[in-house]
Amino acid sequence: MELEINGKSYPVESDADTPLLWVLRDELGLTGTKYGCGIAQCGACSVLLDGRVIRSCVTPVAGVAGRKITTIEGVEDDPAGRRVVAAWVAHQVPQCGYCQSGQVMAATSLLKQSPQPGDDEIAAVMTNLCRCGTYNAIHATVRDLVNGGPSPEAEKARAEAARASNRDGGAHA
Amino acid sequence: MNNPEEIATTREFFPSGELPVNLSRRRFLLASAGVSAGAFVLGLGLPLGKARASGASEAMAPGTRVPAFLEIRPDNRIRFYSPFNEGGQGVFTAMAQIVGEEMDADPASFIVDNAPTGHQFQVVNGRMRITGGSMSVRSSYMTMRRLGALARSMLLQAASKRLGVAVDKLDTEPGRVVHAASGKSLTYGELAPQALDLPVPAPDSVKLKNPAQFRWIGKPVKRVDAYAKSTGRAQYTIDIRVEGMLHAAVQHAPRLGMTVGTFRNEAQLKAMKGVHSVHRLPGAVAVVAERWWVARKAVDAAQVDWKEAAADASARVMPADFSTQAYREQLLRAKGEGETAESAGRPGKALDNAHTVVDATYWSQYLHHAQLEPPSTLARFHADGSLEVWVPNQAPDMFQADIAKKTGLDPDRITVHSPMLGGFFGRHFLYGPGVPYMQAIELARATGRPVKLIWSREQEFLRDPMRPMSVVRFRGGLDARGLPVALEAVAVTEGASEGVANKRRGKVDSSAVEGLAGKAYAIPNRRIAQLYMKTPATLAYWRSVGHSMNDFFYETFLDELADKGGQDPFELRLRLLEGNARLTHLLRELADLAGDWKRGPFTAPDGSRRARGVAMASPFGSQAAAMAEVSIENGQVRVHDVWQAIDPGSIVNPAIIEAQVASAVSLGLSETLLEETVYEHGMPVARNFDKYRILPPDRMPRVHVRIVESGAKMGGIGEPPLPATPPAVVNAVSHLIGRRIRSIPLSQHEFKT
Ligand code: FES
Ligand code: FES
Repeated sequence: MELEINGKSYPVESDADTPLLWVLRDELGLTGTKYGCGIAQCGACSVLLDGRVIRSCVTPVAGVAGRKITTIEGVEDDPAGRRVVAAWVAHQVPQCGYCQSGQVMAATSLLKQSPQPGDDEIAAVMTNLCRCGTYNAIHATVRDLVNGGPSPEAEKARAEAARASNRDGGAHA
Repeated sequence: MNNPEEIATTREFFPSGELPVNLSRRRFLLASAGVSAGAFVLGLGLPLGKARASGASEAMAPGTRVPAFLEIRPDNRIRFYSPFNEGGQGVFTAMAQIVGEEMDADPASFIVDNAPTGHQFQVVNGRMRITGGSMSVRSSYMTMRRLGALARSMLLQAASKRLGVAVDKLDTEPGRVVHAASGKSLTYGELAPQALDLPVPAPDSVKLKNPAQFRWIGKPVKRVDAYAKSTGRAQYTIDIRVEGMLHAAVQHAPRLGMTVGTFRNEAQLKAMKGVHSVHRLPGAVAVVAERWWVARKAVDAAQVDWKEAAADASARVMPADFSTQAYREQLLRAKGEGETAESAGRPGKALDNAHTVVDATYWSQYLHHAQLEPPSTLARFHADGSLEVWVPNQAPDMFQADIAKKTGLDPDRITVHSPMLGGFFGRHFLYGPGVPYMQAIELARATGRPVKLIWSREQEFLRDPMRPMSVVRFRGGLDARGLPVALEAVAVTEGASEGVANKRRGKVDSSAVEGLAGKAYAIPNRRIAQLYMKTPATLAYWRSVGHSMNDFFYETFLDELADKGGQDPFELRLRLLEGNARLTHLLRELADLAGDWKRGPFTAPDGSRRARGVAMASPFGSQAAAMAEVSIENGQVRVHDVWQAIDPGSIVNPAIIEAQVASAVSLGLSETLLEETVYEHGMPVARNFDKYRILPPDRMPRVHVRIVESGAKMGGIGEPPLPATPPAVVNAVSHLIGRRIRSIPLSQHEFKT
């Protein structure tokens, strides 16, 4: 089986019914996507499938072969994703950060589907749980994005942080 | 980075090839420890910090051995080893601010990691190392400032040598030493190779800054980890990978204390594709496989006949007939006045003589931590028998000591890595069978391979030690004017501390009564007591510990007294705090923030009927006051706004404090509105987030924060904004519906729209 993830093709050996989440994390080493519940309740495992957010913990890998998968590792290669990350940093959204990969993917999906979503649409997509209670920061950040944000300075700060992180191997490069 | 082996080792060397400038020291230390730098770079062994923290440093006071904490790179980036773990509370950033302030280095140039174990990092009041009790900053503030000042002093000395000018002719600007007379300057990166090899000056030889000159402390400095956490680059224990690693999953016995009897399909599981081996552990079976999903599927299918615990089992045993309902009834029925934790005046007499006496019984529920990162541990034995463990923890030295005790290994042969925490809220202390590391170590030993064990959410909720439940019997006495003159509270419960220790320590467990005891109100006759009632459930610390429920009990009962005495609850609090300038100021700030106190009920612009409630708490050295505005919507409570005024004395980062208030408010609301761990037949009914509901985004209210810096002794911030929130909400609800609510979560009550 071949998977197309973040524009690259990966051969995959896991069984067809293995959830995409565990193929990403264990077989491919893409651990930015998180496990929180495994039953589509929390959203920590959110990735994009053909540009739309899905919960990878309940998505059998066989069903996504041949389709475009975007994970948090590739989110900054997407123009909408890059904006979301810049806004996330500018608004200082994360606390423990564990849910934030999923939150960023959900917000990216939202903006890709509908550049000017209303509050109801935002609420319908931004349903991921956050035990640290970053919900208000997330909402404010998404509103900023809907209103054309973040500022060019925020994008500059993101790009600088990305360079520093690649240099330092902040976690993995 | 698609090669797992590569990913496994990136954390352990500098991928850009840009090595830290004080590498000579690193090589020296490694060589003296019998390890070549090459071996280190490949991540095979001894972490640098451990070598650094041992030996000579034992003689130095914790928090003074500068090179153990800091590496400065040629580009002026600073790696700092934090004695406190980051789990969302922002302590990595706070440390960068505090150390950077005195060192004269921009916190933004800091790369922060959790420090290894060792004496040097025992900076909590100079004695120990835990990340908890909202103590990190307040207990180490002066030590960490001094550490920064010592580093600055060493950089100045190195510059003095290099430039051939006296130290007192030199000064610093962020990241560099400058010689004003010649206009020459040297960056910290240029100076580091000499500076960090100098002897550390005597701690009292350095002068700390005048706070009026602070450049970063007290400012909303950006978090050092926001980018890593917005891009999936932050690594938690669950993400760590090492070469040759296997994955493990467990199935716990349904009740604690049971052991493996007949393992009916063991052979079948062993034969499953991808399974490496099957294991029997104390109270669990495990499957080890090349992939976690394979291990998990196999172990979920395990058919085990579990044996009841031996009658003489010393650890806690969960009986087959335990239910939270029955246990609560047992607490409600319990007779006795308990042991006094706090008393004043003559409460018995005052109650006898009171104009009005109010009796009420309140209760709370068991709670899960429900941190989003499920517990895991990676364990690896080396050929020489030494052990490396990656484990989520709030106290690495205690984990090291515990592992030493349980494995018989010398502590020096055990390396504990403490990756960032995907939330903690008290989850990651030593909780016996409630933590996975001994299972992982046993599996690594049995297989001879590194093993990463992850507990599925379902296995986590089966073993997560819980926030205690409590029943509190109140009696309050009012005088003829309707003012409280006596208050008695008996908390029928087992406290978190005695639960964790599995034995009673002193007379009263302070964690059982904090928030009932220690209140600031001038009620002249008081008795606060604990009636100890052991539970078979395993207990734990949970964000704000006893305060998480006791301030709810007290502050809602206080409203009950106010109503009975015909007093406005806000005015009554002001009155009971007469002469307490700090708290009356805090209450007035709260009212100001909320656009004044209005209890309601009133009709909001959207047509909903609303009311407000107020409450206060004095947790972990800080003072908090909260107001909440609620309505009933579709039969459930809607919290629209929470205002909170918080006074931690003095502060380090207002932006992080605001985020912590929002965070603590959300957790406080979650327990108030939704959460409850229910046991039936000795087992938790909910094993995942489908049935154990935590606060979802659509129930989060607006949160408004006012930080008050009274200048009092510095208090904590991670936990203090929680305790006043539940009672502020419940007081509002009770007033709105005209009926006292005496227990949480509110989801157990019915509300009519
Ligand atoms: S891990 Fe997939 S939704 Fe929770
Ligand atoms: S930031 Fe911790 S769970 Fe969301």
